[in-house]
Amino acid sequence: MKTKHTIRLKVLNTVGVMARITGLISQRGYNIDSIMSTPTEIPEIYSVHLVLTETEDKIEQISKQLNKLVDVVKVTDISHNKNYIVREFIMVKISTSKNRTDLLQLIDLFRAKVLDLATNYVVISLTGSPRKIKRFIEAVQPFGIQELDRSGEFAVLDV
Amino acid sequence: MNGSQIVIDALKQEGVETLFGYPGGVVIPIFDALFKEKELNVILNRHEQAAVHGADGYARSTGKVGVALVTSGPGATNAITGIATAKLDSVPIVVISGQVKNGFIGTDGFQEVDMSGMTRTISKHNYLVNDIADLPKAMKEAFHIARTGRPGPVSIDIPVDVLISVLEDYKYPEEVKLPGYKPTIKGNPKQIKKLADTIQAAEKPLFYTGGGIVAAGAEKELLTVVEKTNIPFVTTLMGLGTSDVDHPLFLGMPGMHGRYAANHAMMQCDLLIAVGARFDDRVTGDLSRFAPKATIAHIDIDPAEIGKNIQTEIPVVGDAKHVLKELGKTLKARPANGWCKAVTAWRDETPLSYSQKPNKDLAPQHVIERISELSKDDAIIVTDVGQHQMFAALYYQHKSPRCFLSSGGLGTMGYGLPAAMGASLAYPKRQVIGIIGDGGFQMNIQELATCAINNIPVKAIILNNQYLGMVRQWQDLFWNKRYSKVCLKQTPNCPPNCQGPNPDCPEVYRPDFVKVAEANGVKGLRASNVEELDTVLKEGFAHPGPVVIECIVRKEENVYPMVPGGKPIDEILLGPEKEEA
Repeated sequence: MKTKHTIRLKVLNTVGVMARITGLISQRGYNIDSIMSTPTEIPEIYSVHLVLTETEDKIEQISKQLNKLVDVVKVTDISHNKNYIVREFIMVKISTSKNRTDLLQLIDLFRAKVLDLATNYVVISLTGSPRKIKRFIEAVQPFGIQELDRSGEFAVLDV
Repeated sequence: MNGSQIVIDALKQEGVETLFGYPGGVVIPIFDALFKEKELNVILNRHEQAAVHGADGYARSTGKVGVALVTSGPGATNAITGIATAKLDSVPIVVISGQVKNGFIGTDGFQEVDMSGMTRTISKHNYLVNDIADLPKAMKEAFHIARTGRPGPVSIDIPVDVLISVLEDYKYPEEVKLPGYKPTIKGNPKQIKKLADTIQAAEKPLFYTGGGIVAAGAEKELLTVVEKTNIPFVTTLMGLGTSDVDHPLFLGMPGMHGRYAANHAMMQCDLLIAVGARFDDRVTGDLSRFAPKATIAHIDIDPAEIGKNIQTEIPVVGDAKHVLKELGKTLKARPANGWCKAVTAWRDETPLSYSQKPNKDLAPQHVIERISELSKDDAIIVTDVGQHQMFAALYYQHKSPRCFLSSGGLGTMGYGLPAAMGASLAYPKRQVIGIIGDGGFQMNIQELATCAINNIPVKAIILNNQYLGMVRQWQDLFWNKRYSKVCLKQTPNCPPNCQGPNPDCPEVYRPDFVKVAEANGVKGLRASNVEELDTVLKEGFAHPGPVVIECIVRKEENVYPMVPGGKPIDEILLGPEKEEA
């Protein structure tokens, strides 16, 4: 059964490291849901968060193959690991033409942040757990999402 | 020192003695640094693919890192097939390519290709060295990565401005710092114990060993284990020579062209212990029906191989030599059981067979048997790819490791001659015999000149059946004998739907290999029958320089045993003689 997995990599900040990671995954015939690469507290180390929807077997194989890359220092599948705090950041442009008051209430309820309020739309940002993000998107869907951009999931070890 | 001098110095620091190369615009600085070079033997090949195969043959025969040097653009693309060949068979080579200067990268400059992009998926690792300050480190790491862990090819792409710029206070690094690269050598003791216990309890255990045994130099450790426990073993194409073929517990090569006993043992064992082998589709046949009764144990230095193709109950990550040594200590001796006796009896009851009538065309199998008989004990056999490769695998009496070099994973035609050249340069005093088909020989035929000029005494034996034989065999067996574009004699006057040799066939085969040999300054010999064969083999082997021996063999001989693609490996075609009998 295919499930969503978030894989966290610590990689050396070398030229082409992202190409190696994405190339390896496409070469082996898998599809990336989201990928995010950011600097860490150590200048030469970058953090990469990959989200893939695959079976356990395939995720294990991908993790092993990623581990073989010389520039990849560490690979952790954090999907079912409670020791990680996982967050995602989104920005959404939603139509206000249907029921503006209800929408603003919802935004408030989720503690989302209003970035701009125009006559017929609102732009908001929200940070939260994958579950919260999912629920929020479901809740605002009926109002009419005009644009949605997501950071992809990222995480930090909490032990 | 400038970048070029640093490259040369690094090669010397890494113990390189032979370099296979081909110059071009952007690598002139490196060749300039080699102008008065005496320590390094620089071989000028006639094609970059051959240079890389040369480095590969050198590496496979010695276990040391082979090195090739090519220019940018077409030089780099020509090297690609050689690099991929080395990757699929885990061969340690370093390929240095020139690149257009830094400012031109990305502008589609003259002879520019993205070498690091192209080699990403076909190398173990690669470098694009943009800054001379990074060059010593890249060279050091490249050799380290190529030869350690699971060996493989490493590509280093160096822009020409880096080759001519100067690095003050250059010092070759003494050690490498690679936080993301730490191969596991020692096997986990708990896993080894668990494996030992499982082996003790198994009634029908079988060892399935591959190229990893050869790479690790673990032949003795393997034989110690199997002899102590009387467990039979099979060896893949890449592992041939792990033991003498006459070893009482050896069942032969398994797989698509595997021996009956080897395939049946794999299908019926209750414990299959893979060591340095990767459950390749040419070995397993239909994976869903492979080894249905067996618990799978897998010893491999590459954790990604374990569980890649088949679910593994007992994984052991580590170097084969180390793990087998520990396993040997843990295991208790046990006598040959019923299973061992049964499978070795299958082997003895199913010898390979073919027919060779005295006055008829040569059987390719007979040619291999005569080569086996007349060659020296420490001869190195190098094959190309196709039917002759399988005949050589099956009929040559393999004796020791690193003496059978063959492109297994990628199946690269054109590998044979240049790889034989590389092995011969590594061991100038040993007999190096290329066994090559008439198709593949023409893919790197230009290297005859390299062999002649450098007096590289390769004995290149062509098994000429006038066909691209392996494809013809598939067309024969599975495509209703529709011999589409496999006949190397076919002219525009031939009927396009020709289904085999007939009285109207053109008489002349092109090229005349004996004349080609002679035109290159190589001795050329030809044999068409049994008597001539022994005469020319003896004459060719006695000749001190390079030789081409063309053997005109039966045109439509098929390789048996054969398991059709997609079938389980115990559904074996044994060949026309066997099936009639």
